[in-house]
Parts: sequence; structure tokens; C-alpha cells
Amino acid sequence: MSAVGVTRRRRVTNRVMVGTTYAAAAVATIPLLAILAYLVSRGMSAISPDFFTNMPRPVGEAGGGMANAIVGTLILIGVASLLGLPIGIGAGLYLAERRGSKLTALVRFLADVLNGLPSIVMGIFAWQLLVRPVGHFSALAGAIALAAMMIPMVTRTTEEMVRLVPTALREAALALGYSRWRTSLTVVLRTALGGIVTGALIAMARIAGETAPLLFTSLGNQFWSTSLAQPIAALPLQVYTYALSPYDAWHAHAWAGALVLVGIVFVISLVARIATRRRYAAGD
Amino acid sequence: MSEGVRDIVVPSIAPAAIDGEKRDWLEVGSGLADRVYIGAITASALVVPAILGLIFVAVAIAAWPALRTFGLAFVSTSVWNPVVGQFGAAPAIYGTIISSIIALVIATPLALGVAIFLVEFAPPWLRQPVAFTVDLLAAIPSVVYGLWGVFVLVPALSEHVMPFIADTLHLGNTPLFSGPAYGRSMLAAGLILSIMVLPYISAVTREVLLAVPRSQREAALALGATRWEMIRDAVVPYAKSGIIGGIMLGLGRALGETMAVTMLIGNRHEISASLFAPGYTMASLIANEFSEATGDLHLSALMAVGFVLLLVTFAVNALARWLVWQTSRASVAETGK
Repeated sequence: MSAVGVTRRRRVTNRVMVGTTYAAAAVATIPLLAILAYLVSRGMSAISPDFFTNMPRPVGEAGGGMANAIVGTLILIGVASLLGLPIGIGAGLYLAERRGSKLTALVRFLADVLNGLPSIVMGIFAWQLLVRPVGHFSALAGAIALAAMMIPMVTRTTEEMVRLVPTALREAALALGYSRWRTSLTVVLRTALGGIVTGALIAMARIAGETAPLLFTSLGNQFWSTSLAQPIAALPLQVYTYALSPYDAWHAHAWAGALVLVGIVFVISLVARIATRRRYAAGD
Repeated sequence: MSEGVRDIVVPSIAPAAIDGEKRDWLEVGSGLADRVYIGAITASALVVPAILGLIFVAVAIAAWPALRTFGLAFVSTSVWNPVVGQFGAAPAIYGTIISSIIALVIATPLALGVAIFLVEFAPPWLRQPVAFTVDLLAAIPSVVYGLWGVFVLVPALSEHVMPFIADTLHLGNTPLFSGPAYGRSMLAAGLILSIMVLPYISAVTREVLLAVPRSQREAALALGATRWEMIRDAVVPYAKSGIIGGIMLGLGRALGETMAVTMLIGNRHEISASLFAPGYTMASLIANEFSEATGDLHLSALMAVGFVLLLVTFAVNALARWLVWQTSRASVAETGK
């Protein structure tokens, strides 16, 4: 670095610009820490065992909770995963294993574009096709909107993971007399499973906090309901409603709900990360 | 540096880069079970274009009554009056553009700085924690950003930042910063959006910087460049279209972001030059008025706004994807992989 041609001015510029990137990194970490700090401090003070077991109560009544919204969110994640994961994984397998096909390039491109479309558009789509014809909002419509968001995400992560499986493994299985479908399912998919599970978990974490599509589909529900044919409560919807209400008690509940929601998202992400780490540690 | 699956799905860097193998081993299978299996995964793959097609059809059908009534004037007029059945989306389109510009102006330099830091300068012990923290921003739900914005960001803006800009800096008379400091404003929406798109721009930029071949860097250093000159003259130009793709991907996010913006932008149908004034974006307009829409035409007008949003975000994302792909293709050709 002490080459003859490096003038003082160039050295100073270098220092300043490197310093600037350090500063950018520092500034970029502030928002997350600030948000988490507020979330924990405001959320913890409003949270209690009642919050998980009680139903929402009218303003002025103490001890209300979000039991229905917590269960509703878990139901929505579950049903969306049930619908979205098999299709996403299947599509990912196709993209990775049929690399020469013309359809592959098109589907990969469209999956990326679909990933970038606003979630509110998914809500309109599900509302027009599943709510309007039936005449009422339903949990199922919400789950389908969320599944439509999961599919392109899972497709792309599955593809990346299946591609990492060495060709030799497929050849070995075929040489041993395995049929092609068995090779694909029991050797290729099995080998890439850790990464695929991670991708699936991250997609689940992502849809857990989605609010916009649910406004048009599952709507929210003040009462206890687990029926897929009826409107269902969900944490993000409840947080939205409570945050914009004029009551302090509801604001406190909004923070508590947000804390639980972020807790769910982070636990799923954390499991995904641990799964990835263990796989890399064992795989090396 | 590959860390497997990440929170952010980065558009594929190099479609055919993993190995040169182009032949499909699955294709050769001829048994019945093989054909059923291939049929099943092909059907799954076809679901992706099917969803996209259905989205276009569904939104277009919902938007049709309003589009037929107002035609092109829908995007150019600014009267939004459900009582007399007059709907023009210009204020929402304007608000969408302005809030996204604010977001990108703030987020882009930060995201590029973070990405360059992580790829080129960060000491190993700092790399993972910083990358993790920035990526995690993408995992926080939009509604939580909105909640934080309503109770922390908006009060801070109306009590400290806005008076500071208007009075202390004497900018209160300029059109950009005039008017009362309510807090809920275009500025608040732009700020929260900048935090939300930061991780997307930084993730893609990081990925394309990593795709720049070592030889580019070594050649610049061998010619006597400082580390910064190497980045400015050899690395960034090489990754340019990929970085622009990343910024456009962030733009796509900002244009369609709904909940946080709905909670912070103030929701008013007016075009105002002041960043302190409340406004509307396309997404926040739909989210805010959907539940209280009066009559079929109002509902359809909201869906027409959704249709415009769909067209714009589709175009932005397609272009972004293409740009990122350009960079990686060049890098694959270069390294001969």
C-alpha cells in the first residue's frame, strides 16, 4: 500500500471512504436495535399469562388477551404451508432437475417477479376469486393468499439447494439400479432436505407477519373461530386495529401483540438458522 | 461466503453457473412411475405462471368497471369523491412516487456502504453480526414498523425533527418543508420505507459484489490503486447493472409497501409539494378505504388503483431481475465457469 505513486490526497481519500462504509454499517444497525428495544420494553410491560389465554375484551375491561388471534395466526400459517410447501418444493425440484427445459428459465424469472410483487396485490387476487363469489370473508381465502406468496419463495430456495447436490450422487443411485423418481426423491431431495427445510421455515416466518393480504380475505374476528370457512382473527390484523384505536389500553395490547408476533417470526427464523448451521457443521 | 438460505430471496445470480451440465438426467426416464413423477413436478412448476396469470386476470376484472368509466383520466385526475362517484388516482400515484424517492435517496447510499463494508472491509468477527442485523430488518413485519412509526417515529418528527428543519434551519418557508408539523406525513412514510428497503438493496448489492472476479480487484491493486480506488474504478463499474437491479428491487418493495405506510402517511387525497403534508400512496389508499368503500364503483376504483400498482411493480421487478442477471452472466463468461 505504500507504493511510491500513492499521494497523500489519495491516501486520505481512501481512509475517509473506508471510514464512511464503517459509518454506514453502524447507522444501518441502529433501526433494528431501536425497534427491538421499544418492542421489548413496551411489549413486556403489557404482556401477561392472560394475554395468551383470554379473548379480547371491550375498552375499559381489564385482563383481555389475544388468544383467538394467536391461534388464528398459527392456523393461517399451518394451512398456507400445507398448500404452498408441496407445490413450491415440487416446482423447485423441476427448476433444478430440468435445467435444459425452456419452461425452466420462464418459471424462474416469473417466480422472482412474483416474489417482488406487493402482498396487497395477493389480497386483491384472493378476494376477487375466493371471497367475492362466495359472498363472505374466510380463513381459507387468507391461507390461499399467503400460500401464493410462499410458493415462489420456496421454489427458488429449493432450486438453489437441489442444485448443490453433486451429479455423482445421482449417477451412483442410477448405477445401483434406482429408478429416476426414486433417485430424485430418496437421494437428491433427501440430501438437500436440510436446506429445503430452512427455506420453508423462512417462508413461513415471512408470511406470519403479513397483514395486507388478510385485510381482503380472512378479515379478522373478535370472537373465537377456528373454522376455515369463516373470518378468522390474526395477530398482525389485531395489532393494526389496536394501534390505530384511540385507547391507551389497546395501544399497550398492540405492543404486546407485536412482541408475540415478532417472537413467533424470530423463533421460526432461529430454528431455520440452527438447522443451517448444524447441516454445515456436519456436512464438512 | 455462501451461507445457504437467507431471509431475503435474492434473484438468481447465475442461472447456469453451478456446473456446465445442461442435459436433463430426469428427462430420459421412461417408466410409468417416472412419468408420473415428472408430471407432478412439472405441474408444480406450472403453478407459478398460473398464479401470476390469475393475479392479472382477477385484478383486471375487479378494476374493469372503474377503468371503463374513467378511462385514462383515472390516472391523471385528482378528484376522489365517493359521494358524487368521481375517482382520480393522481394524488395516490404522486404520493407513491415521492415516498419511494425519499426511501431510495436515504437507503441507497447506506445500503451500498453496508454492502461494500461487508464484502471488502469488515473484519471477520464483525461481518456475520452486521450482516445478520441488516438481514433481520427484512424479517420484521410491516405492521410492526407501522406500530413503531406511530408511537416513536411520528412523535419524534413532530416534536423535534420538523421544528428543527422549519425553524432552526429556517427552511419553513420553502415549499418542501412548509405547513404544520403533524408528524404523519410523506416524510414519515419515506423514512420508514427507507429502513424497510435497506436490507433488500444491501443483500443484492452484496451478492453482485461477491460475483465480481478476484482478478478485477487484483489487477487494480497491482496497478497501484488504493483499496477505495479499486472499488470505485474496478469493482463497482463491473457490478453496476447488478447494483442498479438491487436498487430497483428496493424500489419495487417501496412502491407496494402497505401497512407501515398506511399507518404513517396521514391518508389524504391531495397533492402537496411539502414533505410535511399528509398524502396517500396507491397501496395505502386501497388498504385504508377497502373496508369502508361505499358502492360498487368506489370498490372498483380501489381495485383499479391496485391494477396500476400491479402493472408498475411488475415492470420494475422484471427490469430489476434482468439487470441482476446481466451482471452475473458477464461474470460467469469472464471466469469461464
